[in-house]
Amino acid sequence: MNHLSKLMLCPLLAAMLAVPFYSATAAEPAKSKSTNSKSKTATAAEPATAPAVAETATAPPVQQYQYSTRPAAIAGGANPFNRLLKVAKVPHQSASGDEIHDPTNEGTMILQPPLEAYDGLPQTETGLGNGVDWVKALDDGNIKPRWERTDPTAEPMVMDMNIVRVPKSSMPDVVFPHRQHTLWLACSNCHPDIFIPRKGANQINMASIVLGQKCGVCHGKVSFPVSECKRCHSQPKKVAVNGGGPTQ
Amino acid sequence: MTFEPRLLIRHTLCRLFPGIVLLLAFVMLLASPPASAEYGDVVLNKRAEKAGMRPVIFPHWFHRIRFRCRVCHTEVGFEIRAGSNNILMADIIEGRFCGKCHNNKIAWGPQNCQLCHSGLPGLEGGVRGGPTTGGPSKW
Repeated sequence: MNHLSKLMLCPLLAAMLAVPFYSATAAEPAKSKSTNSKSKTATAAEPATAPAVAETATAPPVQQYQYSTRPAAIAGGANPFNRLLKVAKVPHQSASGDEIHDPTNEGTMILQPPLEAYDGLPQTETGLGNGVDWVKALDDGNIKPRWERTDPTAEPMVMDMNIVRVPKSSMPDVVFPHRQHTLWLACSNCHPDIFIPRKGANQINMASIVLGQKCGVCHGKVSFPVSECKRCHSQPKKVAVNGGGPTQ
Repeated sequence: MTFEPRLLIRHTLCRLFPGIVLLLAFVMLLASPPASAEYGDVVLNKRAEKAGMRPVIFPHWFHRIRFRCRVCHTEVGFEIRAGSNNILMADIIEGRFCGKCHNNKIAWGPQNCQLCHSGLPGLEGGVRGGPTTGGPSKW
C-alpha cells in the first residue's frame, strides 16, 4: 500500500468509526461521551482493545413505531417512546415476507396471512402486539374459539371477580379482572404455579414481569404487551384528603 | 525516526483496517431491525434441523381464533413456558401434543410436513414477533 492510498483511507476510516459513535450519542449522551474518548486513547495506545470498545459503543438504534394507528403523542419527534422494546418494523406481514418463514418452502404460500384473519376484529388503540382486542372480539362474538377440543358447544366457567392491587409508585392502581382471564384460561393455568391463590401471597413488580415472571409469563409474548400500561393500571389512586401527607 | 502521534494513529488504523471493516459488518448485522414475525409466533428448533427438517413455526394468533388458551395449555398438555415442551414427531403421529388435533379429524394431519416445518434454516427457538418480556421466551 503506498502512502497516497493510506492518506485516502484515513478520512474514510474516521467517517466509518464516527457513525456508530454518533448513533450512540443520540441514545445516551453521557455514556457514549466517555466511551468515545476512551476509544480514542485505546486505539492509539493498544490496538488489541479497540474491537471490544467499538462493540460496547454501538447500542442498537432507537426503534420508531411504524404502526398506522399510533397516537400522535408517541409518533416520534423530540421525545420518542424508547425503552428498547423491540417492535416489528412492518407489523402483520404474511408468511412469505415475515423473516422467519422460508419463502422457498412450498407450504409457506398456503399459510393464511394474519391481516386476512384479523379482518373485522376490533383493534386496540395502540396497535401493539397483534393489534387485535381479543377479549372484545370474544365478547362481541367476532370469534368463537372452542372451550373444549372436540365440543363446540362447551362454555367456560367464568368467575367475575376483580382484584385491586395498589402499587407503591405513583402509577394508577392495578385492576386484575378474573372474568377476562377465565374466558380464555382454566384456573390451573395460573394457580398455583404462577400465582398463589391467597390474598397477599404474591409479590409482583414490573421488573419481574418484564423478566417474564408472573403476568409476564403470557403478557408480552402472546397476550397484550406490557407497554399497554393503562390496560392494567386502570383505576385512579385513592388520595387522602390531606393529599397523602402525615396523618393527624 | 521521530514519533508523531498523528502518524502513529494513522498507521495503526491502516493496519487494523480489515479487522475494523469486519467488526463494523458484524455490528451492522446485530443492529438490523428485529424480524417482523407476527406477535406470538413460536419457533421450535430443538430437534427439527438436527433431523434435517426446517424449524417449526407455531402461530398463536391462528390458533386462538379457533381455540381458547385452555384447550392446548390444559387439555392437550402444552406447558405455558416456551422451551419446556419436548415434542417428538412420533408423539404427534401417535396423537399426542399437536397430534391431538392435527389428526385429519379436527385439523389437517401430520403428513403435511411443509405447513409446520416452514421456518428459515438456522432459526433459534423461542417466542418471536417482538416479545416485550424476557425470561421464558428466551429459554
